[in-house]
Amino acid sequence: MTFRQKHLLGIEQLAPDEITALLDLADKYVDLNRQDHKHSDVLAGRTQINMFFENSTRTQASFEIAGKRLGADVMSMAMQASSIKKGETLIDTALTLNAMHPDLLVVRHPHSGAVDLLAQKVNCAVLNAGDGRHEHPTQALLDALTIRRAKGRLHRLTIAICGDIAHSRVARSNLILLGKMENRVRLIGPPTLMPSQIAEFGVEVYDDMREGLENADVVMMLRLQRERMDGGFIPSEREYYHRYGLDEEKLSFAKPDAIVMHPGPMNRGVEIDGTLADDINRSVIQEQVEMGVAVRMAAMDLLAQNLDAARAQKHAGIMV
Amino acid sequence: MTTLFANARLIDPQEGTDKPGWLTTKNGRITGMGYDTPPKAETTIDCRGKCLAPGIVDIGVKVCEPGERHKESFRTAGLAAAAGGVTTMVTRPDTLPVIDSPETLEFATRRAAAVSPVRIAPMAALTKGRQGREMVEVGFLKDAGAVAFSDCDHVVTDNKVFARCLTYARSLGALVMCHPQDPTLSAGAAATAGKFSTLRGLPAASPMAERIGLERDLALVEMTRARYHADNLSSAVSLPALERAKKAGLDVTAGVNIHHLTLNELDVGDYKTFFKLKPPLRSEDDRSAMVQALASGLIDIISSMHTPQDEESKRLPFEEAASGAVALETLLPAAMRLYHSGDVDLPTLFRAMTLNPADRLGLPQGRLKKGAPADLVLFDPDAPFILDRADLQSKSKNTPFDGARMQGRVLATYVAGDRVFAHSA
Repeated sequence: MTFRQKHLLGIEQLAPDEITALLDLADKYVDLNRQDHKHSDVLAGRTQINMFFENSTRTQASFEIAGKRLGADVMSMAMQASSIKKGETLIDTALTLNAMHPDLLVVRHPHSGAVDLLAQKVNCAVLNAGDGRHEHPTQALLDALTIRRAKGRLHRLTIAICGDIAHSRVARSNLILLGKMENRVRLIGPPTLMPSQIAEFGVEVYDDMREGLENADVVMMLRLQRERMDGGFIPSEREYYHRYGLDEEKLSFAKPDAIVMHPGPMNRGVEIDGTLADDINRSVIQEQVEMGVAVRMAAMDLLAQNLDAARAQKHAGIMV
Repeated sequence: MTTLFANARLIDPQEGTDKPGWLTTKNGRITGMGYDTPPKAETTIDCRGKCLAPGIVDIGVKVCEPGERHKESFRTAGLAAAAGGVTTMVTRPDTLPVIDSPETLEFATRRAAAVSPVRIAPMAALTKGRQGREMVEVGFLKDAGAVAFSDCDHVVTDNKVFARCLTYARSLGALVMCHPQDPTLSAGAAATAGKFSTLRGLPAASPMAERIGLERDLALVEMTRARYHADNLSSAVSLPALERAKKAGLDVTAGVNIHHLTLNELDVGDYKTFFKLKPPLRSEDDRSAMVQALASGLIDIISSMHTPQDEESKRLPFEEAASGAVALETLLPAAMRLYHSGDVDLPTLFRAMTLNPADRLGLPQGRLKKGAPADLVLFDPDAPFILDRADLQSKSKNTPFDGARMQGRVLATYVAGDRVFAHSA
């Protein structure tokens, strides 16, 4: 078994061969998803619980569809509205759910490291659907699959990630993954939106977008996460759009066949020109959403297999 | 009745010596010491060549009483101190309610006298409720026994208020102690800005926040000529400012807590909340700079910054978890890491844990000298052990050294000549 993880907490823990194995399986699920009959039974009898401590429509829907297509019993909980309001701690919530014997727990939380903490307390597979500004592994994997399908490879590409890097877990997971797969990663954004000592991660940092986009194969735009900001990181939206918003003119510095990506939801006219986002020759934004379902199916399939192996070992241990 | 500590390795922080000798005590005081043939005595304690040093004077212990006795009480803190070779706990005023009136201070003193096996020297807040608005009754509190005035991790941000506090304190010769920080720059931070905080996605602040706070404090100290102790320093960038102030002849001393001398930010690992401290753990460069500053004498005092937290407040995502660590019992073994690494010798370490804090607070203990209180610690600097937090005397068990390999164990602790702790082998 190439994929050796018990949980999917971050890209940091994955080896390149595990990433490749997961993407290979996801490719198969893309084919399944494009058929009229999109159902498989690999997760039949499994219980999948989605716990979202932070608002999400797209990721939650994607995980829900992924689980249902594989035949799992899926339940989604909007945690802001439930026990968290009654003062229950994260660990107590986890233990309560754990007692219901879920097999897969999909968790999003506003604090970095919260999903790691939760994973230590439960005996099912935990998938990180985004924790604070730490990691969002399935997003990086779906981006990788999109790039691999569009470019035919996932190495020796020049990939520019542009925007609010500091507050972005998407950027962190992506730069780790793309680095592991031996790509050249450039980060573009105003210095107030760059995390501390980011250059030490083996990336090139630009505050001029045109320089940063020079000869890029992939242009990955990030959402300007206004809701995360304390205020005062950039002077105004219009100046941000002027300097860092992606339009035809700035994109012309990238390779002619460069693809444009965005994790969504987009702020049209803030970080990306609306027409460009809809240009099917350049933008792969809709493909990213499609790949998201397939990647999540693959991740849950692999983790469920490992869960079986772990449980079998445990039973064998008891028998002896 | 005279007691002889024979066959000891005497660590004398005043003389800076570490050599075999003897020491006698009578009626709670040290009556003599020497390096020749010991005199006769009614009782003889054979130290078997182990180290005998003054008991530790620990500045900045949080006892959690009044207000949070489920975390720590004077009794459990006292037991922990005794087990750690700490014979004087200089207690912090950041309790609930804040120790900011003679009445609350007297409560703490009375409780400690009743139940704690070691001495306490209480500190009081600098401003009422640690709110940074009105100064406390410095005179009354000093008369009631307050040895220093500190709002602890609350910074008095209003410069006018802080300047007046310093001026008033100076007129009474009172020591003002601060944890320098620019609270606007460090607001919301759970880690030190750098590669590690970026990797872990933790909100972080630059150590420059500490230097800005320190420079501000030192400017006002220069203006008011107050007695000032910068406690809990942790960053290399703060040290040049400190050096300048000392060279300029200001009445300034500085302290570092044991965790910033022995741990760095990488120890946080996968969000281990027992390593969440305030200020947060720094880079290895900062840690080694603090060790050098300690060895050179630029940093005067090592403290435990003992901060008990219950399990619930630590079993949370890192950002939400409470800061602080218990350290009364681990201060000495952790300090031995610096001795074993060859960075700091034993007399220098003990000067920073005994003589310097005692001198700064005007206390007679903390030295091996005829007439000084017989507050002593007998320890084996080499004894190895693996720390199990369940073995701690503290009511709270939030130590970053859980499971760590330590070298250096307290064998016995004496307060006023009475044995208050003995290690059961």
